[in-house]
Amino acid sequence: MSASPETTTDQKIRVLIAKPGLDGHDRGAKIVARALRDGGCEVIYTGIRQTPQMIAEAALQEDVDVVGLSILSGAHLELFPRIVEELKSRGLDDVTLFCGGIIPEEDTDALEAMGFSAIFRPGTNTRDIVSFVYDNASSE
Amino acid sequence: MSDLIERFLAGERRALSRILTRVENGTPEGREYLRQLYPRSGRAHTIGVTGGAGSGKSSLTGALAAELRRRGHEVGVIAVDPSSPFTQGAILGDRIRMQDLVLDPGVFVRSMASRGALGGLAPTIDDVVAVMDAFGFPYVFIETVGAGQDEVEIAGTALTTVLVNNPGTGDDIQALKAGIIEIADILVVNKADRPGADVLVSQLRALLSLAPSEGRDIPILSTVATAGDGVPALIDAIDEHRAWLDSSGELDKHRRQEARHQVLSVAQRILLERIRNATSEDALGELVAQVAGRALDPHTAAEQLVEQGELV
Repeated sequence: MSASPETTTDQKIRVLIAKPGLDGHDRGAKIVARALRDGGCEVIYTGIRQTPQMIAEAALQEDVDVVGLSILSGAHLELFPRIVEELKSRGLDDVTLFCGGIIPEEDTDALEAMGFSAIFRPGTNTRDIVSFVYDNASSE
Repeated sequence: MSDLIERFLAGERRALSRILTRVENGTPEGREYLRQLYPRSGRAHTIGVTGGAGSGKSSLTGALAAELRRRGHEVGVIAVDPSSPFTQGAILGDRIRMQDLVLDPGVFVRSMASRGALGGLAPTIDDVVAVMDAFGFPYVFIETVGAGQDEVEIAGTALTTVLVNNPGTGDDIQALKAGIIEIADILVVNKADRPGADVLVSQLRALLSLAPSEGRDIPILSTVATAGDGVPALIDAIDEHRAWLDSSGELDKHRRQEARHQVLSVAQRILLERIRNATSEDALGELVAQVAGRALDPHTAAEQLVEQGELV
């Protein structure tokens, strides 16, 4: 692979990777962010301890196509509905949502009903996440 | 489409965000938005914040925006981070240093990837700045990619250029070299709580004393961005520079120079696009192979490319 000095203004898929709640461990989120970068996406990473409002506001200002949430604390059924609500209240009802982290199988249906198109658990091949984003990005 | 413009003019942030994307991507729709909004731009004080990777540009920009909010002003921020030259992907992480501003309705932060542009900015940065300006932010900050010695483009894009330095990053020969230091309207020594800050300030002062004066002394300010130290004084210096631009006639000169630069660089981009559109990948590949094999020199090949595109 060689470096290309050409500039590009082509449309890029923009992805927000966010960590809601109080867990302070963001290795997984960073690995996903890096994989998407290597897949050619523009990835906005906002760091740890984000509130639902902060995540939705960042998604609005950055006009992202996809929001990926990473969570390990077990608070996903508390926090994710509030994030979805905050996104909708800002008119962001067309963003593709996915999540990952420590999320029990039994919560899958609830998350799908909330609008999450995919759940990536430990052991996921990052290539699957990149493919998911390319297949589902609601880029116009 | 006019609906989005109406919502933009009504101050809706979602409309700003969507228009920024289209303008950044340079789509025909984006160009039309720019055409309509451009006459409304030219009111904002645009401030470039540049300096080395890790010098504290994002933290300082965040601290400056917070201080302006305390003074009752709304603030737009455009933060550029590098695109990968291999995959064209990017990690845009400047927002991490501006967390306190996220929920402030008087602040709008937009990250941009450099998308192969040289000079520490992005290909359509001037267009994106114009849109932020047209939205009505009285201050628009432009934070460059971590810049080294030669990334001077920001001085054209912004009215006021702030160069961020740190103690302990090189001897006084570094500061003597041509390039980025010459474009600074204001010099900042950030992380001034670290050893060597005083030495750096005096080195910079000695350097400036040798520079030809342009009717204005370049201030050198010490800051600790993460603690907010020195930030109010830096805002004062930024406002003073704007007042000087207005009173000295430099503002008009800057605007004309920048307009000339933009017109020529967009013309260059259009011509390159036309050549690329008029040339098949096969024809380009053929020329490239000849140059790589040293059968043809790059200049002759480029001339042939232009001729094939029937642009002569």
